[in-house]
Amino acid sequence: MTLLELHDVGKRYFLHHKRQLVAERLKTQLQKGRESFWALRHVDLRVDSGESVAIIGPNGAGKSTLLSIAVGVANPTEGTVVQRGRVAALLELGSGFHPDLTGRENIHLNASLLGYSRAQVEGRMETIVDFAGIPEFIDEPLRTYSTGMMARLGFSVAVHVDPDILVLDEVLSVGDQEFQKKCMDRILEFQRQGKTLLFVSHSALTVENLCHRAVWLEHGHVRRDGPVAEVLTEYREWANLVAAPR
Amino acid sequence: MTAAHDHFYILYNLIAKDFKIRYRNMSLGIFWSLLNPLIMVAVLTYIFTVVFPSTVHNFPLFVLIGLIPFNFFALAWATGTNSILDNAALVKKVRFRREVVPISVVLGNVIHFVIQILLLLTLLLVFGQHVTRQWLWLPAVFGLEIVFVCGMALAFAALDVYYRDTRYVVESANLVLFWMVPIFYSHDQVPRNFVALYEVNPIAAVVQACRMILLQGVAPPHSLLVKLALVSVAALVGGILLFGRMQKRFSDYL
Repeated sequence: MTLLELHDVGKRYFLHHKRQLVAERLKTQLQKGRESFWALRHVDLRVDSGESVAIIGPNGAGKSTLLSIAVGVANPTEGTVVQRGRVAALLELGSGFHPDLTGRENIHLNASLLGYSRAQVEGRMETIVDFAGIPEFIDEPLRTYSTGMMARLGFSVAVHVDPDILVLDEVLSVGDQEFQKKCMDRILEFQRQGKTLLFVSHSALTVENLCHRAVWLEHGHVRRDGPVAEVLTEYREWANLVAAPR
Repeated sequence: MTAAHDHFYILYNLIAKDFKIRYRNMSLGIFWSLLNPLIMVAVLTYIFTVVFPSTVHNFPLFVLIGLIPFNFFALAWATGTNSILDNAALVKKVRFRREVVPISVVLGNVIHFVIQILLLLTLLLVFGQHVTRQWLWLPAVFGLEIVFVCGMALAFAALDVYYRDTRYVVESANLVLFWMVPIFYSHDQVPRNFVALYEVNPIAAVVQACRMILLQGVAPPHSLLVKLALVSVAALVGGILLFGRMQKRFSDYL
C-alpha cells in the first residue's frame, strides 16, 4: 500500500527582508512583485508500506520542507499530497516541551500532541520513563536537564507511539552512544514489524544502516532516487568534488 | 492522522501547562486570583466612599460586577491573540488541530473568571443581597461571553500571525472598551443617541444583564439575551471560519 504520495509538489516562500509597513505592504500586494523562491519544485515521491527512505542533501536543499509537507504541517503551493495511515512525525525533539514543567508533565503534553490518548500515555508511562533512562530527574523541572537528557525524553516519547509511518528529522544524532544504540534498536524493531520510516539525516552511516532507499535533494529538486548504496556513492563523489580544494 | 488525536486531552494538557507555569514557584499560587479582585474592592471602597462618595447603593460591588466580566474578556482576548505566536514552535513542528491553542488559552482564563465570579457572589451575600431564582441566568450569560471570547481569540490569533500589529490593535481596543463598557456608570446614564453603540457590544450587554440579575433581582429582557446570543455565536462561527482559512499558511509566517 502506498502510504505517501507527492505529485509535482512545489513550495514557494516569500522573502521577508523588506519592511512590512502599510505602504510597502500595499505596494507589493498590488504589484504581486514580492520576491520569492521555490524551496521545492516538481517533486514526485512515493513511499510504500514497509519502506525505509532517507532524504539526503546539502543544507537548504529542501529536506525539512519536504518532511513538513509530507506530514501536513505545511501546505504545498502547488501539486498534491496524499497520505494514508497514522503518522508520527518527530520534526524536532520535544515539541511542546516547557522548561518549567517536570519530565512527567512534559511527557503527557508532548505525547498528546503526537497523538496518544490519555489512556495510552498512562499505560506506557513507565516504559517511556524507563527507555529515557533518567529516573532520578523525571519529576524535576525540565530546565534542570542537560541537552542530552531532554533529547532522551523527547525521543523516548516519540518511539513509543505506534504509527504506520515514522517521520524523523535529524533527531537521531543526539544522546550518547548508549542511547543512540537503544534508539537504533528500537527503529530496527519498528522495521521488523513492517513499519515505514522516512527520515532526514546527514549521517551516511545512519542512512546506510537504516535504509534501503535514498532520495537526494538539491535546490528543491530530486536529483537522484534509488537504492541507498548507489545514491550515497554518487552523493559522496559530488560532495567531495564540491569540497575539493582548487 | 488528525482524527487519531485526542483533542480534549491536548486541550487539558495545554490548559494544565499554562496553569502550572503561572503558579509554580509562587507562595500564594492560585490565591492571587482571589487577592487581586479583593484588593480592587478595597481600593474601590476607599475611592467611592471617602474620596468621591457615590450615591449609588453598594457602589464598589456595582463596579465589580462590571469589572470582572470586562477583565476576563480583555485578558482572554489579548492572551488568545498572542497564543499562536507564543506557541510558534509547536504549530510549526506538530500536526494537530491548531484551534486548540487559542481555545485552551481562553479556557485557562475561564478558571480565574469562575473563581472571581464565586468571590463576587460571596461578597454580594456578605453585603446583604439574597440568592434569587434569577441567578440561574448567570451561567447562560457568562457562557455566551465565553463563546464570544473564543470567537474573538480564534480570529485575532490568526490575524496576529500575518499582521504582527494585531496585538497592539487589541491592546488599544481594550483601552477604549474599558470606558465604552458601563463599568463605572450605569447603562441608564448612557445618552439616548449612543445606546445603539452599547447594544451591539456583547460585553456591555453581559454587564447590563449581570447588574439586572444581581442587583435588581430581575431577569434580563429576552431581546438583550437574543442579541447577545446572536453576536456571540456569529463571533464564534466567524472566528472558526477565519482561523480555518488562515491556518493553512501559518507555517510560512512563523
